[in-house]
Amino acid sequence: MSEAKATRRVTVANHTGLHIRPITLVAKLANQYRARIEVVKDRQRANAKSVLEMLSLGGQPGEEFLLEAEGEDAEAAVEALARLFAAGFHEDEAQTAF
Amino acid sequence: MGEALVMDVEGFSIPRRVIPPEAVPGELERLERAVAEVSEELARNRDAMNRDLGPKYGAIFEAHLMILQDSGLRNDLRELVRQKCYSPEYAVDRVIRRYAELLHKVRSRNLADLLDIEKRLLRTLLGRPREDLSQIGRPVLVLAHNLTPSDAASLNPDFVKGFVTEVGGPGSHVAIIAAALEIPAVVGTGPCLGDVASGDTVVIDGYRGIVVLRPDAETRARFEQEAAQRRSRAAQLASLRDLPAVTPDGTRIQLLGNIEFPDEVQHCLDRGADGIGLYRTEFLYLGAQREPDEEDHFRAYSKVVRSMAGKPVTIRTFDLGADKVPHLPDPEEERNPCLGLRSIRLSLRHVPMFRRQLRAILRASALGDVRVMFPLVSTLPELRHAKMILGDVMEDLAEEGIDFNRRLPVGIMVEVPSVVVMIDRFVEEVDFLSIGTNDLIQYTLAVDRNNKDVVSLYNDSDPAVLKLIEQTVRAAQRRPLPISLCGRMSASPTYTMLLLGLGLRQFSVPPSAIPEIKRVCRSVTIAQCEAVARRALTLETARDVTRFLRGELKKYVPEFMD
Repeated sequence: MSEAKATRRVTVANHTGLHIRPITLVAKLANQYRARIEVVKDRQRANAKSVLEMLSLGGQPGEEFLLEAEGEDAEAAVEALARLFAAGFHEDEAQTAF
Repeated sequence: MGEALVMDVEGFSIPRRVIPPEAVPGELERLERAVAEVSEELARNRDAMNRDLGPKYGAIFEAHLMILQDSGLRNDLRELVRQKCYSPEYAVDRVIRRYAELLHKVRSRNLADLLDIEKRLLRTLLGRPREDLSQIGRPVLVLAHNLTPSDAASLNPDFVKGFVTEVGGPGSHVAIIAAALEIPAVVGTGPCLGDVASGDTVVIDGYRGIVVLRPDAETRARFEQEAAQRRSRAAQLASLRDLPAVTPDGTRIQLLGNIEFPDEVQHCLDRGADGIGLYRTEFLYLGAQREPDEEDHFRAYSKVVRSMAGKPVTIRTFDLGADKVPHLPDPEEERNPCLGLRSIRLSLRHVPMFRRQLRAILRASALGDVRVMFPLVSTLPELRHAKMILGDVMEDLAEEGIDFNRRLPVGIMVEVPSVVVMIDRFVEEVDFLSIGTNDLIQYTLAVDRNNKDVVSLYNDSDPAVLKLIEQTVRAAQRRPLPISLCGRMSASPTYTMLLLGLGLRQFSVPPSAIPEIKRVCRSVTIAQCEAVARRALTLETARDVTRFLRGELKKYVPEFMD
């Protein structure tokens, strides 16, 4: 079976950047898909299903990333993740404690 | 140079344990069990937080749980144990350190989260909070954020070959204990533990205050060569042991030892000390479960006095804050402990404790040449009060028919500037003086010697300090009264000519410094020293004084290169 690929450009839209809480949300969401999903910044890549790898990538507010997915549900995955990025990880609603 | 043992801020030490290949399956299982246990712990915390405070609080534990369950992390851990035969503890340390560096690089604010996970894992794996320093059974160099004085006192010099602390200054108690145990130490390095792991090779150069982590072959060779040179120089100096400290023009200088523990008497005797110029008694209190009683004091003192066989032993009474004495009522919170209730002030406040110590000192005075010295005196009434209590204790002993020296010499440490200002009065009420430069510098320059941000102001060479020493020596000479100097300054060959030139004839130094100071004394005439002192007193900055004194030392005693 040929693997479907999908990519999407996203921006860190919340005020606090890509820290542990938004990353947890990204990883949880990514884990719902079977596709292999990576977050790419410059030449660095992180597995979107790994909190630790994404933490190591950093991410200031306004920074851009490329989402790359490969697998049968790749398109759905990047679509869902892009929405999460665009919504600023729902940070304002969450009144995050950390 | 040796193997590092890192105590992190929490006090964990991670042994580099390379495990034998046959232990790998068992250790892997131990690792998995620890991960499972910590996962359960995190899940419990998450559920409790969700329940009690709401999901946004539980989320942090959820995040930690996801990190711990990260397949990349767990693979890394397993690989290190399986391929490199690392112990699980060491694998955790290495893997987390690597991720921590990545996080640090991107300035992530979640470094603490990662370290928190590490701590949970290590706590579970080790099942104990802190490797007991007294239990170390192999040669190591200890690197820690801080060591309490009782930590330092429990170091076994047979195995602990040196230590480094991130906080503290050269005059701090930890540094003094290191000198007492004759362990190379560098204190107050600033943050450095992040760059070193247990098992790394480390060089500690206690002479220059340098720590080298993971030295390359060339550096190792250089330090090894230097250590060999020092050993041969020490052997040379040892040949001076039975020669008196006499200047070429025939002035006899008395070199006494500073000690903390009774066992150090041997260090003093080995170096041909003329006596004990400063016997610190704090060790009796530090780390003790209960207040030392009169017998505890007496045992320690009599051991030293007997060993010194008639040579003078100057015992300094309690010189710490109340926080160091577990059984005293908790001190009010002190904003400035070094200006607070400590030392003689504390002794005068807790008279029964003070009397116990004085009774033991008096009883020991029947066994040899004992003198008593009060620390941190700042006013005449304090001195009189202390002497009055001493008089009372003497009367009690006389009534009980207990033997002691009725003419026990009483002296004070000159370490508060107010005493120098009033020195003409003090000399009339004491039998001897001992200048304690460590505190005198701190109080004169108003600088906390443990605060690395201001410690550069703390300088033995400061002209104000030199003037205070000069004034004190002059007053003692007019009387005349025996006077010695027992701060760090007296142990540094740089200052020996200056101090001789100012008129001092007695130095009390850590026993290890005796040979070097003796060498200087035997190389210079008093006339030369007086010229050095005259010139030094005209200089205006500590830097100029130090540069001048080093130059003079090199001129007269060329074998001192540093």
